[in-house]
Amino acid sequence: MILDLQQFIVQERPSWDELEVLLKKIEDDPNLRLNLDQVRRLHYLYDRTTSDLFRISTFASSPEILNYLESLVARAYGEIHETRAPRRRFLFLRWFTREVPQTFRRHIRAFWLSLGLTLLGAAFGAGMLYINPDAKETLLPFSHLAGKPSERVAEEQENMGKRLEGRKAGFAGFLMTHNIQVSLMTLAMGMTYGMGTVVVLFYNGVILGAVSLDYIQDHQTRFLVGWLLPHGSVEIPSVMIAGQAGFVLAGALIGSRKRLNLFERLAAIRNDLVTLIGGFCLLLVWAGIVEAFFSQYHEPIIPYNVKIGFGALQLVLLFSYLGFSGRKIKSESSRA
Amino acid sequence: MILNLSTRKALQIQTPEGVIFNLTVAGLYTRFLAWAVDGAAIATVSTVIGMLTAFLAVLSPDFAKGLFVISYFVISVGYGIFTEWRWRGQSWGKRILRLRVIDASGLKLQLSQIIIRNLLRPVDLLPGLYFLGGLVSYLSMRGQRLGDLAANTVVIRIPETFALNTQALKESKYNSFREYPHLEARLRQRVKPTEASLALDAILRRDEMEPEARVELFRRIADHFRSLVKFDEKVNEMITDEQYVRNAIASIYRQKNVRD
Repeated sequence: MILDLQQFIVQERPSWDELEVLLKKIEDDPNLRLNLDQVRRLHYLYDRTTSDLFRISTFASSPEILNYLESLVARAYGEIHETRAPRRRFLFLRWFTREVPQTFRRHIRAFWLSLGLTLLGAAFGAGMLYINPDAKETLLPFSHLAGKPSERVAEEQENMGKRLEGRKAGFAGFLMTHNIQVSLMTLAMGMTYGMGTVVVLFYNGVILGAVSLDYIQDHQTRFLVGWLLPHGSVEIPSVMIAGQAGFVLAGALIGSRKRLNLFERLAAIRNDLVTLIGGFCLLLVWAGIVEAFFSQYHEPIIPYNVKIGFGALQLVLLFSYLGFSGRKIKSESSRA
Repeated sequence: MILNLSTRKALQIQTPEGVIFNLTVAGLYTRFLAWAVDGAAIATVSTVIGMLTAFLAVLSPDFAKGLFVISYFVISVGYGIFTEWRWRGQSWGKRILRLRVIDASGLKLQLSQIIIRNLLRPVDLLPGLYFLGGLVSYLSMRGQRLGDLAANTVVIRIPETFALNTQALKESKYNSFREYPHLEARLRQRVKPTEASLALDAILRRDEMEPEARVELFRRIADHFRSLVKFDEKVNEMITDEQYVRNAIASIYRQKNVRD
């Protein structure tokens, strides 16, 4: 039997058009909630169009109609068969005080790996510079780190923060966007089964270690700590959190949760990745502001002890937040 | 007859009702064009913001610069996330080129999927111009770049809303096949759906063809139909190959009870 195509189209097209209009309405407004009558109607139209698709794919037809109906059924299928719970309304405070630290702790092993690789890179960078001081240009290919640290310190102290006068907001914007880009790359490199993430974290560590040793050897430890700690106490852990997210992604690819298939494993960590991304982006915005407006001022404008104290306090607060925030609330909710 | 059907990649989904449908996966070239359109859109929006911040520069050049740097970054990173969330898997470029990002299981696209596929773009861009993403997408059965794999999304083509020229099927002339209802029935039985569809397309597009190609195409289709069902010799002598195909298609697509 061959379908009477002409009659079939004339008869069914109003239903297809109605379904298309309803779907467009839903698609145009992601937050739209249908009422019961609309849901029933959507279901009816979906059933009818699915039946039409079944008929037309069994009998002779025009490919255009087949493609059109497949597309229509696919759109309606996504709306009707979605069983994943809709994400709760986003509340910034709850997200920041509970979700971010809880997610961080849930994947703490990935963070330790991130930290370990950074420290390993730092030891390597410091070791290389100690063994071969001539390797400085290779290890630190940045113009502002090329000279002798004591000369830079003298210059900065004489300059009294005038170097960035009238450029601080632009500098802060640059720092924020650059650091977020680097962190996103660190995360995205998780798709190389974590190998790219390992390289980025290790290289960051190499730079950190080499810079630190360079300043320490030149007896500029106070300046170094006063310069790095105010923003570094947030910036460096943020990059490590990005590395943590990269390793979580790599772990899902490799298959540490054996019972699930690849797509289930990736789906299981997707919301956690988004939470970690939001967390490190927010921290890097803060780090950018601190670096541009605070870290670049040195003695005599701001005493080093004040800068070191600020950085140390910030570090304690950050790890208290990541380590303990949301913990009590979580245990209460689990009892309930 | 050899029917050269599409070799495009397809995403096959089976509904709980047992209906299987295929969605055509977008090709690399189309996706690249959509990306270029999106790039132009980002550049345009950034230029507008640049002009607006230039006014602010009168008050504070430093603040204006900072604002522009951040705005540009937010637009370039957030553009894909915002548009794909707002328009259910479509950016401007994808809208123009009739592409859509969908969940690979056919379910509703989630915000987390959109965020992941957009933020993992840096690794797809490596070492430049989407080389890695393009290569992975080319090798992937579903045309997925790395960001799509992580987000479990697929970019598909949206088919055009069809406009079937039903007038072309009307039997304006006498159909000699109607004299042989049993042979018409046999024809309906033996002609495959894809063959009927191809012949119908040939009729609908016959005016676009070069005369030689038109004659050759209808000769081949008519010969194929003749090999399936043998009508009386008189039928063959009286009509051209094209008319033969028209008659065959009219017999195939129109049921007797409706026609009469």
